[in-house]
Amino acid sequence: MRTYHQLTNPDRSGLLDQILTQRRRVADRLAGVRRTVAVMSGKGGVGKSYVTAHLARALARGGSATGVLDADLNGPTIPRLLETPHAPHRTSDEGVEPAIGLDGVKCISMALLLEDGAPLSFKGPSAESFVWRGAMEASALREFLGDVNWGNLDTLLLDLPPGMQRYIELCDILGKPPAVLTVTIPTPESRDAVRRAMRAAVEQGSEIVGIVENMVGREFTGTAADDLAKEFDRPVLARIPWHPIADTWSALATRL
Amino acid sequence: MKFLCVDCDQQMAFGERQLPGDGTLAATFKCPTCGRVVALLTNPMETQLVSSLGVVIGGKTVPAQPLETVRTMVATGRDDAFEEGTGEGARGTGTAPLWSGDAQERLARVPNFVRGMVKKIYADYAKERGIVEITPAIMDTARAELGLEGM
Repeated sequence: MRTYHQLTNPDRSGLLDQILTQRRRVADRLAGVRRTVAVMSGKGGVGKSYVTAHLARALARGGSATGVLDADLNGPTIPRLLETPHAPHRTSDEGVEPAIGLDGVKCISMALLLEDGAPLSFKGPSAESFVWRGAMEASALREFLGDVNWGNLDTLLLDLPPGMQRYIELCDILGKPPAVLTVTIPTPESRDAVRRAMRAAVEQGSEIVGIVENMVGREFTGTAADDLAKEFDRPVLARIPWHPIADTWSALATRL
Repeated sequence: MKFLCVDCDQQMAFGERQLPGDGTLAATFKCPTCGRVVALLTNPMETQLVSSLGVVIGGKTVPAQPLETVRTMVATGRDDAFEEGTGEGARGTGTAPLWSGDAQERLARVPNFVRGMVKKIYADYAKERGIVEITPAIMDTARAELGLEGM
C-alpha cells in the first residue's frame, strides 16, 4: 500500500497550504514591525505586564511607535495598565484596528473582546477540551499577530503569560524565535523559575536582550538578576523599585 | 489528509463536506477509477480540533476574515467588541445588496460578536453573484455553498 508522500496529487483540503497561508499572513502583517520583543518569565506574579505596559509607554514617549500584544489570553491586564478606553474595534478587509492606550501605545488584548468579568470560553464540546483548547488559544494568538492592523511599529512588545507554552507557540507562529526580555523578582525562587525559561529561550534560538529585576528594595530579597546575568552573560537592564518614576522606565527604554 | 483506494491503488478525490449541526463532520472521498465513495466521519472533539487550527477540511471557501477564529469560536465575546467598517448597511448602500426584512431578522439572531463578519460574508457572496436582495433563501444557499458552519 502506498504511503502519504507517495500520493502526489494534492489533497483538495490543502491543510498544509492553509497553515502556510496563515503564516504568510502573520509575516506580511509584521513586515512593518521593526522589532518584536517577548516579555517573559517562567514565574507568575513578577510583574511582566506591569513592566511591559510601562516600558511601552516609555518607548512611545521617546518617540517610538509602539504596540503591545497581550498574549495572556486567560488573564489579560494590559488594557487596564494602559488605561485603554473601551471602544469597538473598527474592522475592515485590512484588519482589525488596535485600541490606543496611554501615550499612544497600540494594543490588542482579549480583555477588550470579552464580556466584563467573563472568562475566555470557547464554543465546542466540553468533554476533553484539553485536546483542542491549546490549539484554539494558539490560533487566537496567531490572529492577534496577523489580523490586527499594527501598521509600522518600531517595537511590538508581546506580554506572555507565566510558563513556556505561549512562547513555544509564538516561535512556531512567527517562524523564528522572537527576542526575549526576561522579568524576575530578586528571590532565589524566581531566579530558579526564570532560569528554566531563559534556558528554553536560548535553546530555541532567541536573543535574550536582557533582564529586568522588578519589585526591588523591600520584602523580596536576593540576587536573582545578577545571578542570571552572570549565568547567561546578559545585562541587567533595570532594577525597578516598588514605586518607580517615569525616569526609571525611560532609562529602561533607552537600554532596550 | 489523503485517502487511498487500496483495490485500485488510486488516490481518492474529495467529494463534499457536510456539517449535520451536532458538532460532527462528514466528508466524502471518491475513487476516480472504480467510483467507490467513502466517508470520513469525525466526532465533535475531532471536529473541534480541526476548527481550532483555523483550517477547513475540503478547503476554505471564503477568504480569511480578520480574527475569524476568535469571532466564531469565543463564547464569551462582548456585544460591542467590533464595528464593521465596510459600509454594508442594513438596507444596503451603493453597490451593497439589500437585506429583506426576514433576512435582517435572521441575521439579528446571530450573536453580535460575530454578526458583522457573517453579514459581510453574505454580502460579498451576493455581490459576487449580482444578487440585489439577500433573503433567507439566499442565506441558505450561501451557507450550503460556502460551508458556513455556525453561521
